[in-house]
Amino acid sequence: MEEVAFFAGAIGALGGAIAVIALRNPFYSVLALVVHLVALAGLFLLLHAEFIAAAQVVVYAGAVMVLYVFVAAYVGGVEEPIWEPIAGQRFLAPLLAGALFIELSIAILGTGLKAIGGDGPTIPEGFGSPASIGELMLERFLIAFEAASLLLLVAAVGAVVLAARRKQEPPIVVGDADPGGPGREAEEAPGVVS
Amino acid sequence: MSPTDFGWLILFFPLAGSIAIALGWRVLPGRTAGWLGTAAIAASFACSIGAFVSLLDRPTEDRQLTARLYDYATSVGLDIDVGILVDPLAVVMCLIVTGVSMLIHLYSVAYLGSDRGYARFFSYLNFFVFSMLLLVLAGNFVLLVVGWAFVGFASYALISFWYRRGTATAAGMKAFVINVVGDVGLVLAAFLIFRELGTFQYLDVFDAVDEHFTVNDGTLVAICLLLLVGAFAKSAQLPLHTWLPDAMEGPTPVSALIHAATMVTAGVYLIARMFPLFELAPTAADIAAFTGLATLLVAASIALVVTDLKRIIAYSTMSQIGYMVVGVSIGAYTAGIFHLMTHAFFKALLFMAAGSVIAAMANRQDIDRMSGFRRALPFTSLLLIIGALALAGFPGTSGFFSKDEILVFAAERGGMYWIFTIGGYFGAFLTAFYAFRIGFRVVAGDPCEEARELEQGHLVHAEPENPATGETEDTDVGYPGPEHHIAERELPMRIAMAVLGFLALFAGVIQIPGVTAGLEHFLEGTFEEAPLFGIHPSDSSAYLGLLVGGLIAIAGISLAYYCYVARPGVTARLRQRLPRVHDFLADKWYFDELIDALVYRPVIGAGRFANDVVERVVVQGIVGGATGAVRELGLLVRGAQSGFIRAYALLVLGGFAALALYFLVVSS
Amino acid sequence: MSLEWYLVLSALLFAVGAAGVLLRRSPLVILLCLELMLNAGNLSLLAFSRSLGNEDGQVFALIVMVVAACEVVVGLGLIVAMYRRRLPLNVDELRTLRG
Repeated sequence: MEEVAFFAGAIGALGGAIAVIALRNPFYSVLALVVHLVALAGLFLLLHAEFIAAAQVVVYAGAVMVLYVFVAAYVGGVEEPIWEPIAGQRFLAPLLAGALFIELSIAILGTGLKAIGGDGPTIPEGFGSPASIGELMLERFLIAFEAASLLLLVAAVGAVVLAARRKQEPPIVVGDADPGGPGREAEEAPGVVS
Repeated sequence: MSPTDFGWLILFFPLAGSIAIALGWRVLPGRTAGWLGTAAIAASFACSIGAFVSLLDRPTEDRQLTARLYDYATSVGLDIDVGILVDPLAVVMCLIVTGVSMLIHLYSVAYLGSDRGYARFFSYLNFFVFSMLLLVLAGNFVLLVVGWAFVGFASYALISFWYRRGTATAAGMKAFVINVVGDVGLVLAAFLIFRELGTFQYLDVFDAVDEHFTVNDGTLVAICLLLLVGAFAKSAQLPLHTWLPDAMEGPTPVSALIHAATMVTAGVYLIARMFPLFELAPTAADIAAFTGLATLLVAASIALVVTDLKRIIAYSTMSQIGYMVVGVSIGAYTAGIFHLMTHAFFKALLFMAAGSVIAAMANRQDIDRMSGFRRALPFTSLLLIIGALALAGFPGTSGFFSKDEILVFAAERGGMYWIFTIGGYFGAFLTAFYAFRIGFRVVAGDPCEEARELEQGHLVHAEPENPATGETEDTDVGYPGPEHHIAERELPMRIAMAVLGFLALFAGVIQIPGVTAGLEHFLEGTFEEAPLFGIHPSDSSAYLGLLVGGLIAIAGISLAYYCYVARPGVTARLRQRLPRVHDFLADKWYFDELIDALVYRPVIGAGRFANDVVERVVVQGIVGGATGAVRELGLLVRGAQSGFIRAYALLVLGGFAALALYFLVVSS
Repeated sequence: MSLEWYLVLSALLFAVGAAGVLLRRSPLVILLCLELMLNAGNLSLLAFSRSLGNEDGQVFALIVMVVAACEVVVGLGLIVAMYRRRLPLNVDELRTLRG
């Protein structure tokens, strides 16, 4: 039974992942990632990490992905050109990724650690429940917890600053030229609510 | 004050004078620079007299004093210090150098009065006197080399004093290069002495020479020959003599001081100073003597035909120094130094008189254009004749006593040394002839155009031009000044020439054979341990020598009278009948061409080869190749900085994969 | 299922994410692939946590999620800013940092 669940989750995750990198439309990629995340949440459940699975669905697939959806909608689709400017990239990237996977697999499967081969110890009741996670967070890992909140605050502030609209936003010419200096006309970005 | 205190003061004054003039040349008005320089040398002369007198207070055995100012290098077996040796020989040289320099400074105050580089001249001249005194007073070989090199530099600076003249700068370089050849010889000799005897101090070396070397020991002969290379370069003896005639490009006072009285005598001083080494290596001493004899005769023969007034006197200098070299090489130390002294007097006088004549000729030096100045320049003509008489060795003059003393000594040593006596007397005949070639040409005969103008009181002015090549010049700094100063119109020139004239006539009294021996007694302090110093010709042979010398001088003067006064034109006809002989002599026995072929061309060829092959191919190839390789490597690496983030990410992933592979391999 | 399966799956997902980062040109999609890699890491963390019977791994994974969220926020802010300034949303075109 467990194997079936595992393979279902694995196939979902893998499929979602491959869809993310293969689909041309970024919107579709976002949706594929959502599928991937949900499948992973299922796998987390198998690993007795209930709270994490819930957090994955609620926070990750729920909030973060919604953010992605918003931005994808705002930005729109990007036509990716066919031609590859970097020599050898199309060929080397999958090759190196595959090599990495093989090496990691060799390391994992050939390792002398005996515990890897087993199922793990019997775990107590309440393993991975919110109560035990909460206990850990507020007792042993309090500082990490607080630091993470601080990090969230900083990220939020940073995002606001980054995406804030300036009074005059001169368009920047891309390429080898310098950015335009003051004195160039600024245009209102389309679609922005003033 | 002790003699060594005087010694330091002798060195101090010219150096201080040179620096003061050099630093203050902008603020010194008019001729102050000249008077300052003269005063500095006069102070030095006074101190030389002080040193002389204080040495006389001491017993003869105790007249060699050393003093040290500070240690320069005393470790690892070296004992080099800034130290002087004050002894009779050094004091005699100091007296001559400072005395004659003082008079020449006095002469130059007036002679170069209108030259734009007036202060620079006196600074250089003072520096030269300092260098010469340093050379003479040095107490060890290192300081000797220092003084030697400074003198070479001062000579270069003064020969090319009129630096905008191409011929002058070329002559300066020629003199300097040949002097450097001598410097190399001297330095190598010093190295060998240090290696063999372990010290640079003169007195220690002289004491150790007897114990360390046998007679004519190979190393000792080598040392002496290297010293001779230095001496010959500085004293313009064959084959390193070619620079001296060209050095006449310098102003006349420079020729008088450096190339007649002082610098060129440094070689003679060196041989005399190093007498313990030379007496123990008679082979080298004989080589020196024969070279001196050869120079004597060759130079005298060239002086018969050249037509530039200063060059005749230059060749005469070369010839007379040949006499001095012969003298000190065969052991006639007193006679050699005596001739050095008298030669300084009458040669400086001759140059001064020649300077006055050249000024009257509007800076032209061709003797064929000069004649009959006796009424236009009476004072100059009189002193010119006095100088010529002393040069010729006319009975009673100083040159008479000094020259013949050398030849008599050679006869006394006997055997092979008779060659020197015979050659010397023949040279004396030639000397008398060309001395009065100058004398009669300039003084006697019908006045030339410049002389006639001058008799009216009008000094001829001409377009400034280079006397050797005839190219036109101007009179700004770097060329001679616009005015010409003759003795008749300038008191300082007359005073200097009069003093020298007096000395040229009467300085012989200090060493009349059988009557006085002032110089010999004084020099005993230095030379008493020399075996050859003890050889004294008997009075009768000395008188015989003087008689022969006097007759030869009178014969030479008479022949000159015949050729130039009684039957002018004899020499012109002789020249037409023997053109090849004349050309051989006039081209200075082709020595310049010989050196050009033997030395100059091979060196230039080697240089060209080095440039084309070694420099261009090997050095540039290696250096250029190295830089090219680095540049190529850089370009290669630069390719990785493409700006594509994905390429960078690829490299990161690739690196990570490689690292993982490495760890996998290692742990298996 | 024994631990190996989860670890190999995690490695596979990580490799897929890495390939995606290298192959795609849109910054948005690159960020998505980064999410893939982070989640692969989370998976392996949780797998170890289960096999050791220790919940520390789960807390670690939670913190990783927090970090991922922050990173997404900033990254998307950058993309919005780029879009506003009319920059082409193509990492190949943004290459002024070159040697």
